[in-house]
Amino acid sequence: MRADLQVVAGLVPAGSQVLDLGCGDGSLLEHLMRERDCRGSGVEISDDGFLACLERGVPVLQGDIDRGLDGIADDHYDVVILSQTLHALRRPAFVVQEMMRVAECAVLSFPNFGHWRARAQLALRGRMPVSRTLPHPWYDTPNIHLCTLLDFQDLTVELGLRAERCVLLDADGRPAPERVGRRPNLLAAGAVYRITRP
Amino acid sequence: MSTAADTGTSLGLVETRRVTLFTEDDPLVLESGEHLAPVEVAYEPYGERDADGGNAIFICHALTGDSNAAGHHGEPKRPGWWDNIIGPGRPIDTDRFYVVCPNLLGGCQGTTGPSSIDPSTGAPYGLRFPMFSVADMVSVHRALAAHLGVPRPLAVVGGSLGGMQALQWALDHPDDLGAAVIIAATSRLTAQNIAFSAVARAAILRDPEFRDGDYHEHGQPAFGLSLARMVAHITYLSEEAMREKFGRRLQNSEVPRPGFDVDFQVESYLQHQGESFLRRFDALSYLYLTRCMDYFDPFADEADAVTRLRGGRTRFLLVSFDTDWRFDTSHSREIVRVLLAAHRDVSFREIPSPWGHDSFLLQVPEYHRTVAGFLRQLDDSRTGADE
Repeated sequence: MRADLQVVAGLVPAGSQVLDLGCGDGSLLEHLMRERDCRGSGVEISDDGFLACLERGVPVLQGDIDRGLDGIADDHYDVVILSQTLHALRRPAFVVQEMMRVAECAVLSFPNFGHWRARAQLALRGRMPVSRTLPHPWYDTPNIHLCTLLDFQDLTVELGLRAERCVLLDADGRPAPERVGRRPNLLAAGAVYRITRP
Repeated sequence: MSTAADTGTSLGLVETRRVTLFTEDDPLVLESGEHLAPVEVAYEPYGERDADGGNAIFICHALTGDSNAAGHHGEPKRPGWWDNIIGPGRPIDTDRFYVVCPNLLGGCQGTTGPSSIDPSTGAPYGLRFPMFSVADMVSVHRALAAHLGVPRPLAVVGGSLGGMQALQWALDHPDDLGAAVIIAATSRLTAQNIAFSAVARAAILRDPEFRDGDYHEHGQPAFGLSLARMVAHITYLSEEAMREKFGRRLQNSEVPRPGFDVDFQVESYLQHQGESFLRRFDALSYLYLTRCMDYFDPFADEADAVTRLRGGRTRFLLVSFDTDWRFDTSHSREIVRVLLAAHRDVSFREIPSPWGHDSFLLQVPEYHRTVAGFLRQLDDSRTGADE
């Protein structure tokens, strides 16, 4: 499993009912179900991801999360996960609100566009940043809503949510060394947040 | 739809079997409380049963299906109605699974129905056959499963009315069923669905040859039954499929021949569907089975349904087709909604397919991959192959 997914999994309490939005091939959910006694299901838009989930025995609904989570009752889950998907959504604020409707707690991970490498590429080269985590050229990228850590925190304030935990990540998706915590918005390549209703 | 996507082989020659499951001494007790006996069931088994019957998959057929789901009865070019999905190496893989397809209660292809002989009179039941429900169909399926040494089927798979039976099975016996695969089905017909049913039934009931259901000495109410089939067939195809298949093409000439004979290809097609239906279906079965569908509403008391499902272990796969306007995707989503509320493991996918409701019978590659993947994993987790 990818290193950043390990971090996400670590923020999900054992035994939770989990909804994983943009669950890809279902490896995170499979891990949570097997190792952490969780139950739950995924939502995935791609055909390949959907079939990979089925073949792992991970319950999966094929669908477009930008359209909301119709059919899922309020507070139905304990935790909703959105890993490395926020920046590819058309309506990120709406989706976050939907997430906080169906669960009290959400775990989100995303790349930090305020990372110094991104800033440097834009400032010194005058071109849109391209990196290992964001490898696409500007004209052909699924990543249409990039943000910095501060931008995300502003969104949580705007939506009246509480950022309860934040794990900073390095470029490999592993927890970043402690010194990164001194200037997170400049030094962290990404982050995993756990947010709750106030 | 392409032959390149073909997987596996056909079963070849198969045989229908018959068994009497309920007798005068041990009658079928219907949901209504009425008794029915004897109940004979026609079914076809494919593949090998495990010692504990744990590899059994039941196939529930739709309104006008029969027990010959796969393989053929002597004419390889006329295989069973789901031959493209059942067979060695096919998505419902008879090399892995013991597959059983019964003709449903109330049918006319070997299982007891309204045109069977009523032992108390020696004549066909006709309209004296009791009203029954989808739950009663499931009771008979379960009696067959028990007879065949299958206490807990691995899965029940069905499309349309077949999917409704699978849903009912899971709802009534959530501990005795590994998984339900519910394809192009519904938990409740809409007013529009019932309206089409009503027109079809009116065609039969108002045909003078129907004779209040006692037509057996004189022959079927052919006019009414074929008309019923024509109406229903319109709902099975999407507008797109009809346009592609027939357009406004003429049947026998280059120029229109105004008048009231069959002129357009689509007219000829419907007429053919109606007429060929007479050879294989019975008007009384059509009345009773469509009525079962109209009244089917297992989530009417949703809180109760959720409670019953909550304790069970059944896993679910739901599939809908984007051009199906008989049971469009909202029907499947509604089932998913209630299953999620009961915290069941449920997977759902809407498959793009131009063929409308009929898609569930056709070889749509993504659809077949989905069913195959789900069943393979179910089998692997049963045998511990993925541990």
